[in-house]
Amino acid sequence: MLEARNITVGYGTREAVAGISLRARPHELTAIIGPNGAGKTTLLRALNGSLEPIGGEVLLDGKPLRGFARRAIGQRIAVVAQESELKFPVTVLEFVLGGRYAWSGTGAWGWETPRDIDVTIEALRETKLESYGARLMNELSGGERQRAVLARALATEASILLLDEPTANLDIAHQAAVLNVVRVHCDERGAAAIVVTHDINLAAEFADRVLLIKDGRAIATGPPREVLTPQMLSEVFEISVLVDTHPLSGVPRITPIHNER
Amino acid sequence: MIDNSQIAPTSRSRGVPGGARATLRRTLAIVLGLAFALVCVSVAASLIGSEPLPIGASLCAMVSAGNENCGLTAQQSSILFSIRIPRILLGATVGASLAAAGAGYQALLRNPLAEPYLLGISNGAAVGTMIALVFFGAHEWSRPVMAFAGALMSTFVVYRLARGRAGASTEKLILAGVIVTTFLSSAIVFITTLMDATRIRSFTFWLLGDLSGTTGALLVIAFVGVVIGTVVLAANARSLNLMMLGERDAFDLGVEVGRVRVLVFLAASLMVGASVAASGSVGYVGLVVPHLVRLSFGSDNRTVILATALAGALFVVVADTAARTIISPRELPVGAITALIGAPLFIYLLRRG
Repeated sequence: MLEARNITVGYGTREAVAGISLRARPHELTAIIGPNGAGKTTLLRALNGSLEPIGGEVLLDGKPLRGFARRAIGQRIAVVAQESELKFPVTVLEFVLGGRYAWSGTGAWGWETPRDIDVTIEALRETKLESYGARLMNELSGGERQRAVLARALATEASILLLDEPTANLDIAHQAAVLNVVRVHCDERGAAAIVVTHDINLAAEFADRVLLIKDGRAIATGPPREVLTPQMLSEVFEISVLVDTHPLSGVPRITPIHNER
Repeated sequence: MIDNSQIAPTSRSRGVPGGARATLRRTLAIVLGLAFALVCVSVAASLIGSEPLPIGASLCAMVSAGNENCGLTAQQSSILFSIRIPRILLGATVGASLAAAGAGYQALLRNPLAEPYLLGISNGAAVGTMIALVFFGAHEWSRPVMAFAGALMSTFVVYRLARGRAGASTEKLILAGVIVTTFLSSAIVFITTLMDATRIRSFTFWLLGDLSGTTGALLVIAFVGVVIGTVVLAANARSLNLMMLGERDAFDLGVEVGRVRVLVFLAASLMVGASVAASGSVGYVGLVVPHLVRLSFGSDNRTVILATALAGALFVVVADTAARTIISPRELPVGAITALIGAPLFIYLLRRG
């Protein structure tokens, strides 16, 4: 289990995250929602040790995260970051096999074991990419590429998934497909997922808990029904919203109200 | 149960789920094939030249490692063992060094256009070598040491100038290379003026990359350098596979990014330094060879580094054979040949984006 206790993360003198506590529990999907620049990505990066908090601490399985080797963290926490440009031709299979790095004997010149291959194929299957193994990454569409990035994260077999806007730039079908894979992974494999997203309706649909943050501070945390209220959302985003109930799923449905029109 | 057979590499693996994947067996086959080709080409190259040598007698003498002359005249034997074979060994060493270093820089800068000569790193090594020649001329070992220091410093500068969040953009990389190269070129001109006039001509030749004027000690140092450098790069190949696609992702997946970066910089600079000290700046090897290797065998660095070293050796041995035979009995610097091949490929890669 991953837990942040009252952490503060800063760049220079600016505190991007100020005193946030958060837990990633097995079977649970937590959504982090907040305006641009609220510190969502910074919080996520502190959770896997890419950034060192200047106050508070991050605990992994009850022990301080900073005491873990990079490889040990890589076995336990997987990250789906915002995508980077690929300049070398690699196949989807090669790319997803990269998720097995932390499990390699030497980490360096070692070769994948049959088990590495099995896990990778299974990750491709979970993301519906099993027929894409030989395709080149830079020939995929944005949605397919994002699924490959997710497959690589699943191939790490990490029990904690951190996802930074995994649905940005995707069409509505792919948005739901990506979050559905994460949801199933939590439900069936007991993973804990933390998803940073700008899509409040998707968060309401897929998340068990929502953390609302603004200016690096936690404003509210709890189940979507309790947190995604008109008062909370207008406080955080400084815009009026209409919240009703989704007619099919019964979760809160958020519609912004644009006064100027 | 997952069927492994369908992802095992086969001769028909394109189109099969998984495709051609780098494996130990496939890498060994590629390495052995290239090594065999290198030996064959080197032997052939030793027989070709302004003074053709008899094939049978030369092979016989080479197999006996010079213990029997097998009917070669003393002069022929001297050409074979004192001139051609050392030169071919040097060409192979330099080619392997520059090509493997190129592959290393490309992975680190996340840009397939990175190349020691174009980035000004060879020039850094050349400045180091010249400083050693001018100030510590009596100590031959000081040349590779200073060349290594020069390569390391220019690597650091280029890296700092070109690096961006998503790797080095091509524009920044080329600009950084141009700036470092022109700065160091003026340093070279400055040092040249400190030399006496008789040595200047041989220096201009050396600067273009020349395999004819080295010594046994420099060859040995360059050979040790390429072995160490290639082993270090290959040992970090799996980490480089991930770093090549993004340092932040690599870090998240468990790579000790900082440590790998330092090791690869040191290994690549060692190889460039040792080879420039021995033979000047042979350009474009580090661009042409890794490109062809990736095109043929895929981008997995566990295969690419070793295959690139061997293919680089092959490339420079062939290019140097051309350099000393095309206008025989006169010679071209080998760097002129490699640039003739490399510059058009660079333009092609640049246009393709």
